[in-house]
Amino acid sequence: MSNYLAGRVVSLIASLFVASIVIFIILEILPGDPAQFILGMNAQPDTLAALRAQLGLDAPAVVRYFGWIFGMLHGDFGISYTYRVPVSELIAQRIGVSVPLAIYALTLTLIIAFPAGLIAAARRNSATDFSIMGVTQLGVAVPNFWFAIILVWVFAVTLHWFSAGGFPGWDKGFWLGIRGLTLPAIALALPQASILARVMRSALLDTLDEDYIRTARAHGLSRGATLWRHAVRNALIPVLTIIGLQFAFLLAGGIIIENVFTLPGLGRLIFQGITQRDLIVVKSVVMLLVFAVIFVNFLVDLGYLAIDPRLRRR
Amino acid sequence: MADAGIVTTTLPRGTLLGAALRSPSFVAGAIITAIFIGVALLSFVWTPYNYAAQDIPHKLRGLTAEHWFGTDQYGRDVFSQIIVGARTSIAVALIAVGVGIGIGTPLGLWAAAKRGTWLDELIMRGNDLVFAFPALLIAILITSVAGPSATNAVIAIGIFNIPVFARLSRAAALSLWTRDFILAARVAGKGAARISVEHILPNILNTLVVQVTIQFSLGILAEAALAYVGLGAQPPTPSWGKMLADSQTLVGLAPHLALIPGLCIVFTVLGLNLVGDGLRDIFDPRLQRTRR
Repeated sequence: MSNYLAGRVVSLIASLFVASIVIFIILEILPGDPAQFILGMNAQPDTLAALRAQLGLDAPAVVRYFGWIFGMLHGDFGISYTYRVPVSELIAQRIGVSVPLAIYALTLTLIIAFPAGLIAAARRNSATDFSIMGVTQLGVAVPNFWFAIILVWVFAVTLHWFSAGGFPGWDKGFWLGIRGLTLPAIALALPQASILARVMRSALLDTLDEDYIRTARAHGLSRGATLWRHAVRNALIPVLTIIGLQFAFLLAGGIIIENVFTLPGLGRLIFQGITQRDLIVVKSVVMLLVFAVIFVNFLVDLGYLAIDPRLRRR
Repeated sequence: MADAGIVTTTLPRGTLLGAALRSPSFVAGAIITAIFIGVALLSFVWTPYNYAAQDIPHKLRGLTAEHWFGTDQYGRDVFSQIIVGARTSIAVALIAVGVGIGIGTPLGLWAAAKRGTWLDELIMRGNDLVFAFPALLIAILITSVAGPSATNAVIAIGIFNIPVFARLSRAAALSLWTRDFILAARVAGKGAARISVEHILPNILNTLVVQVTIQFSLGILAEAALAYVGLGAQPPTPSWGKMLADSQTLVGLAPHLALIPGLCIVFTVLGLNLVGDGLRDIFDPRLQRTRR
């Protein structure tokens, strides 16, 4: 178990290190000088140089890289060029939209996918199974941002049940906040639920073919009890892997959906940062999201320990 | 899917085409895919209207005999834009898959040939790293750095196809390296590179072909997403994702502008996925066990 754990921790740290270098290098070659952007095209060369020095842009790349990393370790993400406030403050405001949205979408995904996958597997080759597989086949092919536009058209523009975009803020009340995130969460959840339901079904069918299932049935355990006590638990390993990938996807992939609904989340912050050449915002928010994704995958690896006792003996 | 498998397993060997024609998901998927590829090719020689020609007096028309898919907010013919857009989607996704298989498969084969060495370890850990990145986020970063264009969209999507093919090729090749016919080739004095190309590659082609269809469909979705946020093909080149972005504010007035490009994406992706499912069943009837 300690070997397994140590291996995972080493790979976590290595991934984060390489990821930070890649992000830093990509943004180093980004054309456009932030100092020029702040001061405008008519700025004097000496004021530009002074601002560059003040922003720390004249230091060698290695110094700036380690400055950035050590700053982030202390919670100091730098100061946004355009907003003139600490990036950590911007992130704190925006994370209250992006993370609840990802959790909401994942919850919907699980609520839809688990029963769908379970029923399809339990009644394999029935009409129910074929309809569930047909619907999920279609769901996998739907781009979530298009589904979001259709949801806006039906439920906001036509029926007026929800607003077409924007976010009221959590201070206006929990349910209003939830309501504001409902359409985006549904748009994110449908394709993910389709994928998960298919994985769930095929993982269950795999385990249902195993000998221990036949043994359990031969001992007189009912079909339902066999499915619950033996098959589901063993099917959880591939399912957990996909859930981890999906949560990561929902966190990072929410950035397009945030644009459809003009939600003030991390995704919009990144897009604004890119267009305004606010490099420090882009760099830090992207790194934060990559960290979240890599960390979730690490948690999934730990989750295997809970599900699979064989790993604990290693 | 299901009944096709039973038919497939009873077919005599060597009638791959027969097996293909009896797989409903393959046939349905192949027809859909053929329609979209055909239409994309057609757009090179014929479109009902010039896709960029504006006709403001006839803007936002619904589906009519003159304009099969209506017109957009500038009076441009939607059908012409759709079929030229199919070209963009298919080209970007196909080249991105080409990048993935062109770099990933040789890497995977190389890692398998040098299995257990530091080189194998290096290649596979590198792949793990690319896998750990949120693909769309990095694609957005790359296209925003390199400038939005179809070429950069290809590169951004292609990079994430590399580890997919590298892992798949390595895993498939590893199981082959233990087989007797490979041992025979080694005894005959063939080098690792020659064995990889002459004996391993032909035997993993089926697996690769299935993965190509899957990555192709994912590429179409990714291209649409990048174009939607303005980081794909640039105007005036039409693309389905861009058309969706333009349609968004007009969805109450002219829903067909949002429905048609979206349905085109859904059907193309669905068609490719069905082809992939069908091919998997045809190539490997053993998988039927789990897909029943």
